[in-house]
Amino acid sequence: MSGGELRAENLSKTYRAKGQAPVRVLDNCSLAVAAGRLTVLMGPSGSGKSTLAYILAGYVAPDRGRVLLDGAAVEKPGPNRLMVFQETTLWPWMTVADNVLFGPSVRTAGAKAEARAKARDLLQRFGLLDFQDKFPGQLSGGMKRRAEIAQALINEPRVLIMDEPFRGLDVMTRELMQEYYLKVFEESRPTTLFITSEIEEAIFLADVILFMDPKLGRVGRAIEVDLPRPRTFEIMASARYREIKEQALETLYAHEESEHYSPQQTPMGG
Amino acid sequence: MAAKGRTQNAVARLFAHWRGAVAIVAFVLVWQILGTMSSTFGGKIPTPTQVTQTFFASFVDDPRYWRNWAASFERVLWGFGFAQLFGIPLGIALGLSRTTEEIVFPVFEVLRPIPPLAWVPVSILFWPTHEASIIFITFIGAFFVIVINVFDGIRHIPERYFWLATSLGATPWRIFLRIVLPAVIPSVAVGMTLGIAITWDVLVAAEMIAGDLGLGRLTWEGYVSNTPEIVIVGMISIGIAGYLSARIVDYIEARLMPWAQHDPKFRGRR
Repeated sequence: MSGGELRAENLSKTYRAKGQAPVRVLDNCSLAVAAGRLTVLMGPSGSGKSTLAYILAGYVAPDRGRVLLDGAAVEKPGPNRLMVFQETTLWPWMTVADNVLFGPSVRTAGAKAEARAKARDLLQRFGLLDFQDKFPGQLSGGMKRRAEIAQALINEPRVLIMDEPFRGLDVMTRELMQEYYLKVFEESRPTTLFITSEIEEAIFLADVILFMDPKLGRVGRAIEVDLPRPRTFEIMASARYREIKEQALETLYAHEESEHYSPQQTPMGG
Repeated sequence: MAAKGRTQNAVARLFAHWRGAVAIVAFVLVWQILGTMSSTFGGKIPTPTQVTQTFFASFVDDPRYWRNWAASFERVLWGFGFAQLFGIPLGIALGLSRTTEEIVFPVFEVLRPIPPLAWVPVSILFWPTHEASIIFITFIGAFFVIVINVFDGIRHIPERYFWLATSLGATPWRIFLRIVLPAVIPSVAVGMTLGIAITWDVLVAAEMIAGDLGLGRLTWEGYVSNTPEIVIVGMISIGIAGYLSARIVDYIEARLMPWAQHDPKFRGRR
C-alpha cells in the first residue's frame, strides 16, 4: 500500500446559520500530512478538527483555501482519501463482508473474485473472518471499528483520515484498538491523519502531533514523536515518552491560556 | 410445517406466560358476573356463556358469518395495500427532494389532520360503489401515517452514510438502491404497524355507516336488531381479526429486515 501526501493550504471556514452570529471555525489553516507517516491532529472538542477533516475528505467546501493530494488540487470526495468516522458507518442491512466489499462493488463491474479474495485477506488480518456473514448489529464495538477500517483500506486510499475513531469505546477495547491500528500501520504504512483529543493515544500512535489552536482556528505547534517503532504499551513507561507528554501538555495549556486570558477578556475571579 | 410453527408462535406470543392465561380467565369471570348483575336491573349485556352459546348455535357454521370475515379482510388488504403502494414512494420523494416537499407538503399538511371518517360523505359521493368508498376510507387511514413515517425516516438517514458511499465511488442511483431504500425499511415497518391498527379502526366505522357485509356491519346489525349477543360476537371477531393482521404485518416486517432481529437499536422499535 503506497501512501500519498495530503496538504491543506490556507483553509478558512465560517458557519453562518440564519439568525445566529457567524461562527469562525477555521482561519487560514494549513497543514501537511506526509506520505507514509502517522500524523495526529490534537485539540479540544469544538476546535474545528472535524470540520477540517470534512474539508480534507471533500464533504464540506471551504470558504477559502485548497486541498492538495500529491500536489494536485482535490475537491470532490473520492476513494483516494477515505475517512473513518466518529460514529459507526457500517450499514446495518449489509453483512460485514458486503460492507467491506461496498467500495469495490460500486466502482468496478468485473473483478469480483479479486475483490472477494482481498476482502477475505483483510478480514482475516482483522480477525473478522468468522464474522463476515454477520450483520453489524451482532458485532462488538471494537469489531465494528475494525470492520470500518477494513471497509476503507480495501480501496487502497492514498490517505486515511480517522476522526476520533476510538471515542466511546471502553478503556480496554480502546487500548486494544490502538495496538491494532499501530500494527496495521507499521506493517504497510498507509498515510494516516488521526484525530483525537486524548493525549496518551496521540503520543502512542504518532510520528508527529499537530496541535489545533482553537483561538486562532488553525494548526499551531507541532511535536515530533521520535519514539522507536514497532511500539508497545511499555513505551509509555520510558523517559522519552514522559518528556514528550510534558511538552504536549505545555502546548495544550498554552493554547488554553491564550483562549481564556487573552488581552480582550477580563479574567474572572482568581 | 412452517405455517403450523408460525401459528404456534402466534399463540405462544399471546400466552407468553401462564399469568396471561389466568388474566383472560379472570376477565371472562368478571364479565360473567357483571353481565349477570346487569340483567338484574334491566341491563342487556349478555354473559360469556350466552355469547358462546349463540356463537356455536348460529355463527360457527353459518357461511354468512365467514363472508363477513372475508369482506373485512379483503377491504383491509386493498386499503392497506394501496396505502403502501402510494404512500412509500410519496414519502421517499418528499424526503429526498426539497422541491417535492415544497410543492406537496402544504396540501398534505392541510389534509392530514382531517380524521378518516370525515372523508366518508365525500367518498360516498365520489366513488361509484360503497365497496370502493369503504376501501378508500381505509386507504386514507393508513396513507398519511405511512407517508409521514417514510418521510421522517429518509430525513433521519445519517449524513455520513451518503458521504461514505460517495467517497467510495457510488453513483446517486446506487446510493438510492443500496443505501436509501434499505435505510427506510425500519420506518416503513413503523408506518405499517401503526397503519394496520388505524385501518381496522376506520374500517369498522366505515362498515357501520356504509357497508352491507363485514365484521363492523355485523356488530352494528346486532345492535339495530336488538340482539346484544351478536354485538359481542362481532366485537370479539374484530379483536381477533385485528390481532391476526398485526401478526401478519409483524411477519412481513421481519422478512423485510432480517438484519434488525440482531440489532438492539431496531428490535426495540417493534
